[in-house]
Amino acid sequence: MINYFSNPNRFLKLTEKLLPWLVGLTILFFLVGVYFGLLYSPADYQQGETVRIMYVHVPAAWLALSCYAFMAAMGALSLTYKHPLAGIAARSAAPIGAGFTVIVIITGSLWGKPIWGTWWVWDARLSSVLVLFFLYLGHIALSHAFENPLRGIRASAILALVGLVNIPIIKFSVDWWNTLHQPASLTRFDAPAIDPSMLIPLIIMALAFFLYFLTILLVRIKSELTSQKIRAINIKMIK
Amino acid sequence: MNRIGLLIIKDVKLALQGASDTGMTFVFLLLACTLFQFSIGPDQTLLIKVGGGVIWVVALLATILSLERLFITDFEDGTLEQYFLSPMSLVFFALAKAISHWLTTGLLVIISAPIIALLYSLPNEVFLPLFLSMVIGTPILSLIGTLGAALTLGAKRSGVLMPLIILPLYIPVLIFGTLVIYNVMYGHNYNSFLIVLIGLLLLSLALAPWATACALRQAIE
Repeated sequence: MINYFSNPNRFLKLTEKLLPWLVGLTILFFLVGVYFGLLYSPADYQQGETVRIMYVHVPAAWLALSCYAFMAAMGALSLTYKHPLAGIAARSAAPIGAGFTVIVIITGSLWGKPIWGTWWVWDARLSSVLVLFFLYLGHIALSHAFENPLRGIRASAILALVGLVNIPIIKFSVDWWNTLHQPASLTRFDAPAIDPSMLIPLIIMALAFFLYFLTILLVRIKSELTSQKIRAINIKMIK
Repeated sequence: MNRIGLLIIKDVKLALQGASDTGMTFVFLLLACTLFQFSIGPDQTLLIKVGGGVIWVVALLATILSLERLFITDFEDGTLEQYFLSPMSLVFFALAKAISHWLTTGLLVIISAPIIALLYSLPNEVFLPLFLSMVIGTPILSLIGTLGAALTLGAKRSGVLMPLIILPLYIPVLIFGTLVIYNVMYGHNYNSFLIVLIGLLLLSLALAPWATACALRQAIE
């Protein structure tokens, strides 16, 4: 199937079919998630209403990490198999991941001020998420720094793979260092330490963010392929 | 192996003749530390507290500055393609470049570190751990830096692009290097951090030249 989609036009046809559904599902999941998260779910006994930031902060964090892993995997595909769409997918995913990281940092600061009393603290998880943001920015800058887009894609693929070591550091930082950010409640080797009344809206919001990621990724890949065609036409016209 | 030695000797000779900015790196180190002192103020207790960190950050910045021109001359006059076409693997070429960069910049950093430690009135027991952490840490900086220089080779408007890429990768070295100094100053044992640094050195020694060779191959195409 991966080889089937080496032809960009086939992938574009698939995108045309998928995109309306994805947009609809994204909107639906966001509406349901926001309703459940902001209105229907219970307030925390300690934090009160501010816990509702969790429904944005946590899914954005999950997506920021998965997006980087996706980017690195696509980079590896483009380096080893020279798959044409893999490099474009990595290049398209990078700004989305950077955006999610910004959301994580900003919502985290907004959440931290009332709860921890500070906008920022240099604990292990916050610092490594900031490093993740810089890795994203470096990837974006590097992939657009060359006249030949293929060179940019391959160089940034190497960078993404080298920075992949940051992902486990972020994931396990709250276990390795006992600092301010709270430890994992969901993705651990035990049962989730969160009540279903909060878990369900969280999962719905996570799915909503994921569908949003897919939608915007497909839109960006489409636009990237279109700009490739424009570049090819320009080159033909010069000849 | 002999070829690597020849490459290193050639690069070091070029550096000694003034083709790269070797001596200026040393002056930059002292200048940057002076800048810090001007901005923080002459309060000695504060300077002692931040001294270790300042030395390491300045070492990082000096290394990055000297990396800009690592591959440019070879790339521009076509020597890089000759290395690519030669029977020697590009991995060894990358390793030789990293070693010659360390000999021209890293050694200077190691030599100047005790001098800066004196300027910041760091206590006597810091000198040996500082020296050790620098001896282990500066090769890592050179290795990762060669990777960054190869990635941005031939980029238009590169400017601050290479530092932007390399600095997140330098952060673990920075953290463990300064942990050594701070643990000494607070009287704890620092061996474990030196061992982690050695681990980072071995990791980058194994992987960085290979990744650099990949990046160089793409620069040539």
